[in-house]
Amino acid sequence: MLIRTAPDVANSDFPSDITSQTAYLNRRQLIQQSMALGLFGGVGQAFARPSVVAPGKLPALSAKHIDMDGASANDLLTAYTYASTYNNFYEFGTDKADPMRNAHTLKTKPWTLEIEGLVKKPLRLGLEDVMKLGAMEERIYRMRCVEGWSMVIPWIGFSLSTLIKHADPLGSAKFVEFVTLADPKTMPYVGSRVLEWPYVEGLRMDEAMHPLSLLTFGMYGEILPNQNGAPLRLVVPWKYGFKNAKSLVKIRFTEKQPATAWNKAAAQEYGFYSNVNPNVDHPRWSQATERRIGEDGLFNKKRKTLMFNGYESQVAALYSGMDLSKNF
Amino acid sequence: MQARLGMNWRALFVSPWAKPVVVLLLALPAVWLVYAAFNDLLGANPAEALTRSTGDWTLRALCLVLAITPLRVLTATPALQRFRRTLGVGTFVYACLHMLCYAWFDQGLDLNDIWRDILKRPFIWLGFSGLVCMLPMAATSFNAAIRYMGVKRWQLLHRLVYAVAVLAVLHFFWMRAGKNDFTEVAVYAAILASLLGWRVRQAIKNS
Repeated sequence: MLIRTAPDVANSDFPSDITSQTAYLNRRQLIQQSMALGLFGGVGQAFARPSVVAPGKLPALSAKHIDMDGASANDLLTAYTYASTYNNFYEFGTDKADPMRNAHTLKTKPWTLEIEGLVKKPLRLGLEDVMKLGAMEERIYRMRCVEGWSMVIPWIGFSLSTLIKHADPLGSAKFVEFVTLADPKTMPYVGSRVLEWPYVEGLRMDEAMHPLSLLTFGMYGEILPNQNGAPLRLVVPWKYGFKNAKSLVKIRFTEKQPATAWNKAAAQEYGFYSNVNPNVDHPRWSQATERRIGEDGLFNKKRKTLMFNGYESQVAALYSGMDLSKNF
Repeated sequence: MQARLGMNWRALFVSPWAKPVVVLLLALPAVWLVYAAFNDLLGANPAEALTRSTGDWTLRALCLVLAITPLRVLTATPALQRFRRTLGVGTFVYACLHMLCYAWFDQGLDLNDIWRDILKRPFIWLGFSGLVCMLPMAATSFNAAIRYMGVKRWQLLHRLVYAVAVLAVLHFFWMRAGKNDFTEVAVYAAILASLLGWRVRQAIKNS
């Protein structure tokens, strides 16, 4: 599929999707570059910025643009190169360049998602069936890593709540546990002592049901590259990046708070909630500021981290009355 | 044949070119990092890459400088001693660059922030203490200082390098502790421990 624009429009399931993803991203990039040109007055700056358009090696995934509070951050998009080469995905190695080098072994077809625990009827869904549950939407989210850097990524997926409603959990279900693939045959670092495998994450039910919590299948107009958690992952934009479990194989509804991977590894450093919070420092570094990858120059001061990663107006109500320095 | 070869590699160490070559080799990583930084070759997070690389090179130079005396004795190559000061000063320079990267790229050269960060975080505090321990050694790294202090006292002062080695490994260990990722830490710890262990054994033998 060298020329993707026409088929994308023709095959679109959504009449409103008249602008193809690629054209949209191209246009967005043009606007951003001209802004960069105006702001910095430097031709070099604009041309030096790597492209925010995916290289087109992966199948396209079209999505409609929705009008929803918090769904489209106004920040400059991070270059696709950076978003797909600077990753934390420890199943493929702990260096941030490791996933890009090693994740080609991940087998994403066929893929089954199991839904179990406190549900009326446990389900086993093929990836295609999961993808049919909702209309694909583009969500431009800020992604703040607990390590103090951030990106802005155009994800594609639909609200996790769509899947949860389909799964029909029992009233006793208070939490959602996300279990990810741990296949020692295709993931060379599963078995390393860094973390307990499989990598497990969790959300409280009301967090999981929040419309911004995204079940994600693609980014930058294409399906997810392996190193970014193909074929489906979680993206919860107001939490630190490690909450966004990759390559999901199981979703379990539970009554008790799930034991999550990083919390088990270092409870004093990584809490269950892990909401982005500039006022609660990590024991080994400050969380007050962050470096925006590809945008903040070497000599710029780091930018201020926003409460709930800038999604305070959308999600703060979930935590009213909670002491966030205790429930970090 | 073997004797000739042996003589040749020892001859290399006493050549007038040996020291400039060592200085050049020591400077190469720093030169590469500056070049890479200006040509966008350091990946998505150049600040992190620079800070980590300068830290790595500090550790490597520290291993080299501490290896000089054991190597000199074990291989009976007195000429190696000539490079100890060069490597020592090199270690100090990389430690300063490492501190500068942290202070500039991570803390925006805000002295208040830096000071607060050093006091607050044991991991930063350890690294900073290591650098502070290097200062008196760097300040007395010339011949006149040895003459002025006397060899005995000078040597005593320069035993601070053992404290630096311990602080550097602890600093690195703490940095990696969150990820339980100790492979590299263990490599440096093993090298430095064996170099210090060799000295302990020598001291016992000589006492």
